[in-house]
Amino acid sequence: MSLTEKHKKLERNITLLAAATFVTVAIGGIVEIAPLFWIDNTIEEVEGMRPYSPLEQAGRDIYIREGCYSCHSQMIRPFRDEVERYGHYSLAAESMYDHPFQWGSKRTGPDLARVGGRYSDEWHVQHLENPQSVVPESIMPQYGFLAENDLKIADARAMLRALQTVGVPYTDSDLEKAETDLFAQADPDMDAGDLAERYPKAQIRDFDGNPDRVTEMDALIAYLQMLGTLVDFESGAPLEELAEETGR
Amino acid sequence: MANKRIDEATNTETVGHEWDGIEELNTPLPRWWLWTFYLTIIFAIVYVVLYPAWPMIEKATDGVLGWSSRGELAEEMRLADQAQVGFREQLARVPIERLPDDSELMARAVAGGRAAFQVNCSQCHGSGGAGDQKLGYPNLNDDAWLWGGDLKAIEYTIVHGVRWAEDDQTRQSVMPPFEGAFDEAQLGAVVDHVLSLSGKAQPNAAGAQIFADNCAACHGPQGKGGREFGAPNLSDAIWLRGGDRADLRRQILGPRMGVMPAWGERLDPVTIKMLAAYVHSLGGGEDFVEVADNPEVEVDEQP
Repeated sequence: MSLTEKHKKLERNITLLAAATFVTVAIGGIVEIAPLFWIDNTIEEVEGMRPYSPLEQAGRDIYIREGCYSCHSQMIRPFRDEVERYGHYSLAAESMYDHPFQWGSKRTGPDLARVGGRYSDEWHVQHLENPQSVVPESIMPQYGFLAENDLKIADARAMLRALQTVGVPYTDSDLEKAETDLFAQADPDMDAGDLAERYPKAQIRDFDGNPDRVTEMDALIAYLQMLGTLVDFESGAPLEELAEETGR
Repeated sequence: MANKRIDEATNTETVGHEWDGIEELNTPLPRWWLWTFYLTIIFAIVYVVLYPAWPMIEKATDGVLGWSSRGELAEEMRLADQAQVGFREQLARVPIERLPDDSELMARAVAGGRAAFQVNCSQCHGSGGAGDQKLGYPNLNDDAWLWGGDLKAIEYTIVHGVRWAEDDQTRQSVMPPFEGAFDEAQLGAVVDHVLSLSGKAQPNAAGAQIFADNCAACHGPQGKGGREFGAPNLSDAIWLRGGDRADLRRQILGPRMGVMPAWGERLDPVTIKMLAAYVHSLGGGEDFVEVADNPEVEVDEQP
């Protein structure tokens, strides 16, 4: 029986065809996807990454709730125009504690992967309240209501616990102090304790210009101000080193 | 398969079976389609050889070209740097105080600074550097400077920022809130006095006394301001956060203090120099008067 004759058999038997299709697609899937789980250079190690503090995580949840990702990506691609505008291109490790990640492929507004420390807190408040006041050509909607809403998290501990379940390395101490951490990071009257040791580079201050309350605005600005600030690209030479790597 | 025959109407072979008198033609695939299909297979093989493709134990196969997206970026950046290497080196070598001596270099620095300003500074200071009185961003086009308007002072402000907590050498000062310190009459008097400094109100003796006791330490006895504290000059017509009575009252009772990020960590020194040159060129740039008698300033005269 020639090869075409065998193929005819396959074409005419629906069960056989389904089984053979499945095997073919499975081979493609295994070859493309499975190695990502063991190849070392999928996620290169970088120093400085840590899980989000409860306040930052709460801000992140607000970011997602308000759909900021519809217009803003958080992924600087390795192209010259992007690197010159936004800074060092994003590394996979920088979003390893993101659930869900915010990479995105469509930008109506600018990329926010390294927006942290680029503006003052006051600017963020002005910009969120009325984006056109600082960037006249902006089409971003107004988010001033965030400053009116007290930050309410039903159970901060559960928020971290959920992330821990999917692999974010929060310690027991982080979980225990979650509730205090959440408010102490933005409330100058509260004692933040060892928050800064458990979350290195965490910025502890009032963010929204109203020290009496901890609002959703505080949480969102705390999140925005830490974006892209954890990995120190000045020390070491990641750019040169990574450029040498092949097979990517 | 016995009944294969050539169909007369189309001159094409049939597949050889029939259902209720209906037969099926075994029309061959169009040549162009078949050859495109073969070409895609050849393309895939060539691609696999040239570029990273098969995932292996440690990483994917390198590909004969050794291409990587990051390597391509590094090469692009290198070429871009190379295109302005002479200019950047020259700019890196010249101390910023001596930059105006070389008008061609200065012109190029200003042009480069304009581009960098649009990316990094315009969000607060406005695309023309006009700032915003309502929001409290200083106008960079006038000749009123909070922290100094010569090239070196501007460069310092850009590098270290203003009230930027993460930088130890940042420009730092705080105006205390006077909420509750004055009664209504006293507040009115001191506002009168401040407005009178620029001729917008009648002099007020009581206000002058309050001003001397509370404000003169930073803003100076004549309200001329002080750059060591970044205290604004109150005797000119230029206002940082608005100049009518309500603005003044609000700023006295609960002063809002501007914050500017430190850019030293974020931008390279040459870009910062270009930014300083651009801001200096906007209209109010001051001469650097100490150049001549500052022994620390050394200029490398080599080309």
